[in-house]
Amino acid sequence: MDAQLVYIGLAAAFGLFMAWGIGANDVANAMATSVGSKALTIKQAILVAAIFEFAGAVLAGGEVTSTIRKGIVDADLLIGMEDGPRLLIYGMLAALLAAGTWLLIASRNGWPVSTTHSIVGAIVGFAAVGIGVDAVQWGKVGTIVMSWVVSPLTAGFIAYLIYRSVQKLILSQDDPLAKAKRYVPVYIFLAAFTITLVTILKGLSHVGLTISLRDSYILAIALAAAIALLGSYFISRIEADPKAEKKQHFVTVERVFGILMVVTACGMAFAHGSNDVANAIGPLAAVVSIATSGEIGAKSALPIWVLALGGGGIVVGLATFGRHVIATVGKKITQLTPSRGFAAELAAATTIVIASGTGMPISTTHTLVGAVLGVGMARGIEAIDLRVVARILVSWVVTIPAGAFLAIIFFFLFKTVLP
Amino acid sequence: MANMLANIFGSSPVRPLEKHIDLAFRCAKKLRPFVAAVIDKDHKRMAEIRGQIEVLEHEADNMKKEIRLHMPKSLFMPVPREDLLELLLVQDKIANRTKDVSGVIMGRKMSIPEPIADMFLEFVDSNIDAAKQARKSVRELDELFTAGFRGAEVDLVSELIEELDQIETKTDEQQTRLRSTLFDIEKTLDPIDAMFLYEVISLTGEIADMAERVGRRLELLLSH
Repeated sequence: MDAQLVYIGLAAAFGLFMAWGIGANDVANAMATSVGSKALTIKQAILVAAIFEFAGAVLAGGEVTSTIRKGIVDADLLIGMEDGPRLLIYGMLAALLAAGTWLLIASRNGWPVSTTHSIVGAIVGFAAVGIGVDAVQWGKVGTIVMSWVVSPLTAGFIAYLIYRSVQKLILSQDDPLAKAKRYVPVYIFLAAFTITLVTILKGLSHVGLTISLRDSYILAIALAAAIALLGSYFISRIEADPKAEKKQHFVTVERVFGILMVVTACGMAFAHGSNDVANAIGPLAAVVSIATSGEIGAKSALPIWVLALGGGGIVVGLATFGRHVIATVGKKITQLTPSRGFAAELAAATTIVIASGTGMPISTTHTLVGAVLGVGMARGIEAIDLRVVARILVSWVVTIPAGAFLAIIFFFLFKTVLP
Repeated sequence: MANMLANIFGSSPVRPLEKHIDLAFRCAKKLRPFVAAVIDKDHKRMAEIRGQIEVLEHEADNMKKEIRLHMPKSLFMPVPREDLLELLLVQDKIANRTKDVSGVIMGRKMSIPEPIADMFLEFVDSNIDAAKQARKSVRELDELFTAGFRGAEVDLVSELIEELDQIETKTDEQQTRLRSTLFDIEKTLDPIDAMFLYEVISLTGEIADMAERVGRRLELLLSH
């Protein structure tokens, strides 16, 4: 009993640390786009992020959590082993600590690394070396790694299409303001519709709600229409400022897109919460399940307090460190005006929510970077530094063995130290 | 701490290019009071304005270097980097020519003969107009980037460039007339002074030429 409490306590502490780190760092990427384009103030961004990250984690974070918890390590193999449950507990603890440590080292040194890659690398590492190569579900891991390639590409492609449509329908027209007022509500509808629909279809069953397919569509349409109407109201209140227009013709148009960006920012925070919270609480959930039931693969539902701990940790991280990061990043990405930022956010959020629905742990930041590059391909970004893109690719590859290596060390450490 | 998202954005050359042409224009604009002072033989004022021109030209030059420094080859931009660098170069030459004109006049303690004085002032004004129109065109650069070099904004800039061409043609005509008037009176002048007057006229005309080349460069961007 005592040992179990120790395991759960440690896992909760490590998980909370990870969630805090995600809130302090990763959320900033999701929100800085909106702050940088002045669609939201920092305070508003933190409020939006707190609400929607939490909602995303609790409502739609289940599938990815389940993948991290039991999709990578082969539970069947461990069930046959005498000390299987304990090994898995050590492993998950080691993975959490390894990923957290690696993230800390990386951010100290200024390396752009992904939380998701760290934790998946760490889990694969302890399982393959600590337990045995067969303990890893290589097929599933292969799918996950594929999704890391596919998700930025998908987001980039969607972002390209969205921004091209914006250029065609609005920005290249004679009267961009009138066109923006006409079409932006449609984009709002699309953004709200996609995100709510995927959430309803894929996420809500985890919190015990089941809605029929037809009702899901009706609900998503109704919600999206309501949000679009609200958006239209705010858009109708925007009036052109001739003085500012003289200096920059698109000033008012961008303000219209700013309304849209509030919606996509919510979507982005929601998407981020639904995917990244799993990195912190997936291993925690595994430890809690094994420690309480004493066996692997017990059919226990994900305790809601675990999800809430993840969501809460993110919010605390956001409130403590995240605001500074948001401010810094926001200042640096002024090229991402609302018309471009929304395209990137909507594309990324859609991709991420779909990944969350199918249980794929992907890197939200990489997906957003992919989306930004997509806008760039549509000639929407003034200057993208390809050196940095190359550096991200390198860290993409390095993070996995690094996470694995640290996890192996911690795994053997726990094996000797813990009861 | 590095942030992936923040760092993939290189520093955009667009606003700096707009600021740079603004400097170049402000430099060229000084030529009007300078030439007026030359005509008035107000040496104190000439020296004062010449100093201002030098400061502005120097500022533009520094800015040019700064912009170049922030445009590494690894930048991915909607238009070729080379074209933007070329644009920057010709923008800078507007300021350079202004400095050259004032430099020659100061260095040779020149005066402008009364019969061509008014004509010369008008000619200077037109050259400044050309620089102003170049500035107006380059100021559309950020809108062009926003619109993705497509549609209505492209038409607008094309019109601006067309107006720029007309102003440049006007300066050419003025230059021809100025030269023939000078030819009529050159016998009354010191031969070397006359030679340098021709020199100053062609240097001044190059301001509009450079402004026109700014337009050509912009046009190249539009065709991408």
